[in-house]
Amino acid sequence: MTAQPPILEIQGLRKSFHHVEVLRGIDLAVLPQELVFIIGPSGSGKSTLLRCCNRLEEPSGGSIRVGGVDIMAPSTDINAMRRRIGMVFQSFNLYPHMTALGNVSLALIKVLRKKRAEAERIALAALDRVGLSDKARSYPADLSGGQQQRVAIARALALEPKLMLFDEPTSALDPELVGSVLNVMRELKRGGMTMLVVSHEMRFARDAADRVIFMDHGAIVEEGSPEQIFVKPTEARTRAFVAELVR
Amino acid sequence: MHQFGFFDAFFKWQLIERYFPAIMKGMAVTIEIAFAVVLTGILLGLLLAIARSFRVRPVSALIVLFADMFRALPPLVLVLLVYFGLPNAGIYLPSFAVLWLVLSLVLAAFCEEIFWAGILSIAKGQWEAARSTGLSFLSTLTYVVLPQALRLTVPPITNRTIAITKNTALGTVIGVGEILNQATTAQSFSGNATPLMMGAIAYVVLFIPVVAFGRFLETRFAWRRA
Repeated sequence: MTAQPPILEIQGLRKSFHHVEVLRGIDLAVLPQELVFIIGPSGSGKSTLLRCCNRLEEPSGGSIRVGGVDIMAPSTDINAMRRRIGMVFQSFNLYPHMTALGNVSLALIKVLRKKRAEAERIALAALDRVGLSDKARSYPADLSGGQQQRVAIARALALEPKLMLFDEPTSALDPELVGSVLNVMRELKRGGMTMLVVSHEMRFARDAADRVIFMDHGAIVEEGSPEQIFVKPTEARTRAFVAELVR
Repeated sequence: MHQFGFFDAFFKWQLIERYFPAIMKGMAVTIEIAFAVVLTGILLGLLLAIARSFRVRPVSALIVLFADMFRALPPLVLVLLVYFGLPNAGIYLPSFAVLWLVLSLVLAAFCEEIFWAGILSIAKGQWEAARSTGLSFLSTLTYVVLPQALRLTVPPITNRTIAITKNTALGTVIGVGEILNQATTAQSFSGNATPLMMGAIAYVVLFIPVVAFGRFLETRFAWRRA
């Protein structure tokens, strides 16, 4: 696996919002089929890092390559890149005026130019993967939070992304609904999806993550196996943060 | 004055018979102008709101200037200004066209602000979700943002449209043969208010269905939010 080139390669990434430096030179490579977990206190820049990876935030400096393509290059079609980079948001962001099927098939029709029938077949298959093919005709308002998030995952999945970004996917969910979303993520991992996940679900991180990254003040403080970060972190800041998480 | 004086002052049968065709003609003109104004006003307002959503500074500034001007000025002032002013500049427009143009611009100014507020009210997450799947700015606006924004704007757009189309009555001061113009002409010939009452009834007959339709749209487009 290590011989393969990374799917995501970030070098010297910087991001400032009005003179406030949120990311101070991030270097990170994610290999194919790897699940990398990012933890850190709020304001540490982890969501910004994730959002730079598909340029929802415009980086201030550094480089980001996805599948070998520099996504910051002026010649790069960012819309074409984005459909290969799935993103799942904390607040689901489903389109409330469309059914689950409509949510998943929109980009298939409008971006990939597929015929409606074929788009819906693909969308149904994606909904099936997240266990919601029976909710295809439901509107977001009729779905639980966990179901909405799974539809959002299906929406990204239907475009067959090379990489999936998860921005605190379970933080807005009631505790009893978290499991269903994590199970879908486990399935994706088993299917070989490359994933970059910002989350504080420690138990999930320990049994699914290949690597855990601890960020603070816009920089990577420490990275290693889940075991290393959660059980025997070397940095004092990591220790303090993990201790808070466990409590 | 006989015992039916008050009744005859507003509902004199001979006059109703005599002026019925004129009032009907006025109604037809009012309907024509109203339809034309609604169509161009709402469409232009929507186009301006879309243009503003690209957030190109000078373009937005011009749109805001236009919207504020036409919302601030009384429509009657605009009607008179355009009707008496343009010929001096060598542009001759029939009074019908002047009324249509002015009311369309006024309606567009209000609609632009309403549509713009609707577009702004759609959560940033909707834009981000759509863009993250590769949808372009324009596709996101067209398929994700506008369908939601337009539903929210149905009630205020309906109210504003009714308010502006009622201003077709201003056409009377520049001789557009709409309802009020026919009614006042008939009133001055007959010396009786019956034609004015007929005009009032014509407006009610015309606008009550529009108001009812607006209410129908409000309920039809109200949908549960996630």
